[in-house]
Amino acid sequence: TMRLVLPNPGLDDRIPSLEQLEVIEKEEASSRPKWDNKAQYMLTCVGFCVGLGNVWRFPYLCQSHGGGAFMIPFLILLVVEGVPLLYLEFAIGQRLRKGSVGVWSSIHPALKGIGIASMFVSFMVGLYYNTIIAWVMWYFFNSFQDPLPWSTCPLNDNLTGYVEECARSSSVDYYWYRETLNISNSISNSGSVQWWVLLCLTCAWCVLYVCTIRGIETTGKAVYITSTLPYVVLTIFLIRGLTLKGATNGIVFLFTPNITELANPLTWLDAGAQVFYSFSLAFGGLISFSSYNSVHNNCEMDSVIVSVINGFTSMYAATVVYSIIGFRATERYDTCFNQNILTLINGFDLPEGSVTEKNFEELQQWYNATYPADFAQLQFQTCDMNSFLSEGVEGTGLAFIVFTEAITKMPISPLWSVLFFIMLFCLGLSSMFGNMEGVVVPLQDLKIFPKKWPKEVLTGLICLGCYFIAFIFTLNSGQYWLTLLDSYAGSIPLLIIAFCEMFAVVYVYGVDRFNKDIEFMIGHKPNIFWQITWRVVSPLLMLVIFLFFFVINVNKELIYSVWDPAYEEFPKSEKVPYPSWAYGVVVIVAGVPCLSIPCFAIYKLIRNRCQKQESQQGLVSTMSTASINGDLKY
Amino acid sequence: MWWLLFFLVTAIRAELCQPDAENAFKVRLSIRTALGDKAVSGEPAKEYRINKVVFLWSVKISPNRRGILISHVLLCNITQRVSFWFVVTDPTKNYTLPADEIQSAIRMNRNRINSAFSLNDQTLEFLKIPSTLAPPTDPSVPIWIIIFGVVFCIVIVAITLLVLSGIRQRRRKNKEPSEVDDTEDKSENTITIENGIPCDPLDTKGWHINDTFMTEDERLTPL
Repeated sequence: TMRLVLPNPGLDDRIPSLEQLEVIEKEEASSRPKWDNKAQYMLTCVGFCVGLGNVWRFPYLCQSHGGGAFMIPFLILLVVEGVPLLYLEFAIGQRLRKGSVGVWSSIHPALKGIGIASMFVSFMVGLYYNTIIAWVMWYFFNSFQDPLPWSTCPLNDNLTGYVEECARSSSVDYYWYRETLNISNSISNSGSVQWWVLLCLTCAWCVLYVCTIRGIETTGKAVYITSTLPYVVLTIFLIRGLTLKGATNGIVFLFTPNITELANPLTWLDAGAQVFYSFSLAFGGLISFSSYNSVHNNCEMDSVIVSVINGFTSMYAATVVYSIIGFRATERYDTCFNQNILTLINGFDLPEGSVTEKNFEELQQWYNATYPADFAQLQFQTCDMNSFLSEGVEGTGLAFIVFTEAITKMPISPLWSVLFFIMLFCLGLSSMFGNMEGVVVPLQDLKIFPKKWPKEVLTGLICLGCYFIAFIFTLNSGQYWLTLLDSYAGSIPLLIIAFCEMFAVVYVYGVDRFNKDIEFMIGHKPNIFWQITWRVVSPLLMLVIFLFFFVINVNKELIYSVWDPAYEEFPKSEKVPYPSWAYGVVVIVAGVPCLSIPCFAIYKLIRNRCQKQESQQGLVSTMSTASINGDLKY
Repeated sequence: MWWLLFFLVTAIRAELCQPDAENAFKVRLSIRTALGDKAVSGEPAKEYRINKVVFLWSVKISPNRRGILISHVLLCNITQRVSFWFVVTDPTKNYTLPADEIQSAIRMNRNRINSAFSLNDQTLEFLKIPSTLAPPTDPSVPIWIIIFGVVFCIVIVAITLLVLSGIRQRRRKNKEPSEVDDTEDKSENTITIENGIPCDPLDTKGWHINDTFMTEDERLTPL
């Protein structure tokens, strides 16, 4: 066994010993929250892990990195990176019975910064994540009408045609960019607060407050719905999707393996990053949830089960999403082709029905040869099935543009729209529970608020504060701010925090001690697989992914996509560099969590030095407090 | 019946009706699309004649012109697509009526023309005459605000209930242990600590009067 452990005096004083654990569990039963049953805990963890990324990030990665072949790096990295880290967080939370700040400061006071960094990241991700939920709610509220508002363009003032911006792009694009976001053409043009988005944002934060008002006491009940409903809806959509024309085109496109992609390091990098982010590691929420478990809960089984469910959900959602995308692409292709047929018929006044899909090509060539001058005046569109299948199928573009368009073409569209947005709402909300836990519990541990204050007030203040800060996402440039935060707050800091977590547990806490703890808790020592992954493989993978990210991004000029009707290639998004002040924002957003780890360590070391000097003086100058008749006399 | 058609067409002065002539409009019928499989090859001729009547009717409605007959509507260049050009001449058949009048007449009566033959703006196209799109029917209160209001009210009610039940729970908890707390506090307050060593409180343990220590009252011996 590797005896590489950093010296850690006083560790036994800071943490409860194994013998005390069962006693503490009984004592805490009334004061500390705990799960009503195992199902609540599992549903909460699954809900936290399974989020919007499983629906709109994984399918895109799968399709763009070689389809079925992407499963190989994804599954390998899931096993060697995702599961060990998950097991580590579950076990350490269950052992030390504290939230993230408590756990890391128990292991070593100088490591409190890891908990604080987790809190900052949870806070920033929670800010923009709930805004996405607000957008989902907006679409949900607008789904109760037939026809759906994004199915047709609005008319211009003369009522002779459609609004120009809409005619040039599409009705779904217009509804998203203009009627929902009312987006400006750059992040510098802030504009004003859009009142309808603000209303939805208010609703989103109120719903979140209702569900998290008393911590796991209320979230534990809410997850029965928010964690199970997405699976029901996904199954309904799968059945509906498979019966639509062209669905199999999409699924075939998704899973067609392209083995050569495995040689591309970017594939492995994206797979590793996706596994990492999809497990919601390093947010502190999972540690907190595990700390409410009973001491002898089998966290090894839990981590394996949650990982399997997460991986399965990603693949299931990808199948559903691509069956719908296949349907949409086939619809578009058919429309495009019929348009071309009509152009040919109208151009040469041929009888209807004389040109079909089968003879279109040869007739086209015949007319080109026979009447080249007339033919040259006709404008044919290029109809490429593959390009339709690979259009804009990631992130908000998938949910609010591609999918909504597909829904308008299905019969009984309002029903599918309502179901789809309820599913997204539940996926997002259950992830927000973990974020809130990752903010509320550290703030309690840091004693920022007086202990007397009830939890309702604490949660309410945090929700209120986040709500006011989130006003920035309701501006015209809100979506650009959100993308900025999404790219930099939720990426690099998490990698660093996860690396520090592993390092802290394995080398500061001591993997031998950790093994003994687990043996006490679940009855057997973790086997050789866990040993190797905790000590070597997973930290190494974290480091490699982080270095790759850093190297790829540090030299790149930061650019973002902008929706600008004045752009020549509109409706394509223009790629524009960020203004210089945005770099400052990126530094703050990514830097503050990362730097809080070393800064806090240094601050603690300096304080220890000063305290050592003080305690030596104290021996000399302690006052003798005499008392007569029970009265203290100074 | 096609020979009848040609007779009609050639009998009229064809010079006024030419493709791209002044005041001429092109019409395109998509009968197959409109009727689906029910359309058979004999239909185009029938539709063509019916349409002549329709044009006449629509032009009749035009206020300034009176006495225009079906023979004043000239058709030419009929294709198999089915599309054709038409002009409307004045009673003397010398000149064609201005395009603006025809255009506004057709525009105003488009719906009647369409509905009479179960065609729509796509299957009965008048090229160069833009169709007036139907404005959407907006309800007075957008539906989304209603749904938002419902959801928001439910959420506010839930928050209020949870907060109130939390306050009630806390009041009940505070009442029970408060009696127990008071006695404990009293005894805690009286424990004095000197250099970390608690002293026995003098007033809770038995104490004896030290006779040699005189109280204030007894210092002065009574007279």
